Amino acid sequence: MIRQIFTVMRKDLRSELRSKEAVNASLSFALVILLLFSFAFEPTAEETRQIAGGLLWLVFSFAGALILNRSFARELTNDCLDALIASPLSGASVFLGKALANFVLLVAIELVCLPVFGVFYNIVWYRQIGPLLLVVVLATWAITVIGTMFSALTVNLRLRELMLPTLVYPIMIPALMAAIRLTTDLMQGAPLAGDTMVWLRLLVAFNVIFTALAATLVETVLIG
Amino acid sequence: MKASPAVSAVDIWKFYGDYPALRGITFDVEPGACLALLGRNGAGKTTLLKILAGLSTPGKGKARIGGIAPRDSAARRQIGLLGHGIGVYDELSALENLRLFAELYEIADPGRAAEQWLERTGLDRVKHGLVREFSRGMRQRLAIARAFLHEPSVFLLDEPFTALDDRAIALLQDLLREAQSRGRTVVMSTHQLREALELATHVALINRGRLGYFGARNAEMVSDPGFLYRTYGEG
Repeated sequence: MIRQIFTVMRKDLRSELRSKEAVNASLSFALVILLLFSFAFEPTAEETRQIAGGLLWLVFSFAGALILNRSFARELTNDCLDALIASPLSGASVFLGKALANFVLLVAIELVCLPVFGVFYNIVWYRQIGPLLLVVVLATWAITVIGTMFSALTVNLRLRELMLPTLVYPIMIPALMAAIRLTTDLMQGAPLAGDTMVWLRLLVAFNVIFTALAATLVETVLIG
Repeated sequence: MKASPAVSAVDIWKFYGDYPALRGITFDVEPGACLALLGRNGAGKTTLLKILAGLSTPGKGKARIGGIAPRDSAARRQIGLLGHGIGVYDELSALENLRLFAELYEIADPGRAAEQWLERTGLDRVKHGLVREFSRGMRQRLAIARAFLHEPSVFLLDEPFTALDDRAIALLQDLLREAQSRGRTVVMSTHQLREALELATHVALINRGRLGYFGARNAEMVSDPGFLYRTYGEG
């Protein structure tokens, strides 16, 4: 199963890196939004630091939707989805392979955006770089799991580009709240301890629950 | 103990909303047989093939491949599916596509299997070319290679001759004849009666979701392909 998950992941990454459809759209969207927000806020103001986490995760989650939308939609060309689910691959393998590919793409975009964010908003974002990267990884997996699952659910809908964000953001709220809170604290130099650990635990629990749920339900979602 | 039929449909019903697309379809296809699934557009042929391939679940009844439910991975290993789409990725090369499916079907040497089928389908010289740059005929031959790659024992083919060029039709006919000679089972929906009836050992005619006729192909059907529709169709 592990080998098949990585086979699907490699296939998705290879396809995306050749077409660059989602990555280009997502990266340029993220950078433009970061730039526009930097005009809207005074970069030296204390308020900007306090809403830094919110700004960043708003951008990451919107940029993520552009990648996640393509995840299963890419399979519609040439009826590849039928060929994929007619193979002995389990639904969970398809899901996890695709989720991992989306995760890699989204993390890459986030790693490009973080230094840009630091420059535009005059924020020293790397004070707690280790814990911050841990939060980025956990929250990105949360976005990816929910987004990939709903990408499968909406793949046959005519208005899937509209439906995906409408469906995923309400479900992502707990994970985004945790990510925003943790990121804001870490960027202000606070260590990952005490009260902030509650948010980290929430993020871990969210990931465990929704990864298990999605891997279990995706076969039903795809086959009906 | 009697061996399970290669393909079995037991009282299959499928509803789209309130509309019954399939109404109590029941038949068995024995190993080595070739069933031509006939019927007008919208009769339910594609829906039935999707259920047999495990791509859709019936509202009622059950499908079996070699006695196993189609969603069981053991059943899916036995199925070679050629649907309306070619089922290969435009952004990958021909070799990468076949390697991908060889790996998904856990073929012992995916690279070698992919190379062999590229050679067999005459695509070995363009194996590193991206599928998006292929002509229609080349794409069709690659789709055929993808369906045959893992040496399935049951082929489910949805209008396999439609839109194929001459070379691809000849290739597919040769491969199907060879598969039949090796005891493989074929179920194909088609509108190309002559091509299909040449290969078929059995014929099923579906009328608005109902099985109008199921039986062995006979000489009259081959000499007069319209016979079935006149006798068992809606007229």
